[in-house]
Amino acid sequence: MNKLKLLTSAMAFSAAAGLSGGAFADPDEDQLTINGEIEIVTETAAPEHLEYVDTIYSGWRFRSDETQAVQMDDFDNPGMIFVEAAMETWDTVEGTEGKSCASCHNDVETMAGVRAVYPKYVEAAGEVRTLEHQINGCREERMGAEPYKYTSGDMVAMVGLISMVSRGLPVNVQIDGPAQSTWEKGKEIYYTRYGQLELSCANCHEDNYGNMIRADHLSQGQINGFPTYRLKNTKLNSVHARFKGCVRDTMAHTFKPGGPEFTALELYVASRGNGLSVEGPSVRN
Amino acid sequence: MRNLVTGAAVCAVIATVAAAEVVAPTEVVFEDGAVATSLTGTAGDIENGATLMNKGAGNCIACHQVSALSNLPFHGEVGPTLDGVADRWSEAELRGIVANAKMMFDGTMMPSFYKTEGFIRLGDAYTGNAHEGEVAPLLTAQEVEDVVAYLMTLKEE
Repeated sequence: MNKLKLLTSAMAFSAAAGLSGGAFADPDEDQLTINGEIEIVTETAAPEHLEYVDTIYSGWRFRSDETQAVQMDDFDNPGMIFVEAAMETWDTVEGTEGKSCASCHNDVETMAGVRAVYPKYVEAAGEVRTLEHQINGCREERMGAEPYKYTSGDMVAMVGLISMVSRGLPVNVQIDGPAQSTWEKGKEIYYTRYGQLELSCANCHEDNYGNMIRADHLSQGQINGFPTYRLKNTKLNSVHARFKGCVRDTMAHTFKPGGPEFTALELYVASRGNGLSVEGPSVRN
Repeated sequence: MRNLVTGAAVCAVIATVAAAEVVAPTEVVFEDGAVATSLTGTAGDIENGATLMNKGAGNCIACHQVSALSNLPFHGEVGPTLDGVADRWSEAELRGIVANAKMMFDGTMMPSFYKTEGFIRLGDAYTGNAHEGEVAPLLTAQEVEDVVAYLMTLKEE
């Protein structure tokens, strides 16, 4: 765990000042198995492109035992209520073409592995697309249906359903080839200090994961668990909605969910979790 | 009556002088990260400083642990403890660190509390919208002095 910067600054303040006992509150040692059968990798070696982090951890490892437990059984996971609604949507015909998701994709289980590789460069689109973009692409182009709003309940539930069938598979987004320029842009955003508080993603989630910031135990900001059911707002939350909240809290002008900046950032942040298991819909506080 | 008028005029002059003495965020002089003179010329209010440690734009304990404020919950661990901070730093250094810590610690995560320029995608407080118009620093000049006055009470030796 990279604590060098913190240690250096602490020493700069005073070589004599001892840090409080909880200052090195690392992720816990708990292991996650869902429904007693889906093994989830919550800790693994960082992908090679990460310069300052050796080990990557799912946000699950930073949560309390009580919060962790809610995700260990689908009957307890409130995110599943939204996923069940999406299962009905999957088979529901909508739009001018008389199609449902199932008309082309059959059983949703056929989508296993899809969540793990998005965001992804899509040849036909000539750009990196998120899973949400692809869902709306299907709705508009194949079904002749209205697109969902990017962070709407219908959208995040559908993303939750498609994520669920990939649980346990390793996140593996491509960062080179045609995706590279978008990935580089996302990396630049990750390290830019935005807003009046001048905070980058890295300030909290790379330099200070494991530390408390007020009542929050800072995680690595991994997105392998999205969409996340948050106990604080009792709904499924999408990646871009979370990004928006984070950037807003730096007292900055946020980017638009579904826009090119957050798409690039999602690709980059997803790539920081390459090797962790897909966990969505996860449970967080 | 004449005395009263004169007195009022004197008061008005003093008030004008006091206002003129407030150092604007863009005019603060840092020497090795420290700011030698008060930003307002008015002594800091220790009690208000203690309040700012926990509230509003100060919220210092979000990142720093302070034993003297242990009645308040959830002290952070991102920055160093402030226990004994007055033993380690002079008032001028503390004023500089509170006003703009980046002048002393290059690249520090600590927000600059008395700064109004050089932000990237500055927002309108916590709305997520773009900021428009004049920029207010996170703390006023007097609030910086209040926080510094409180910090100067944190002695262990």
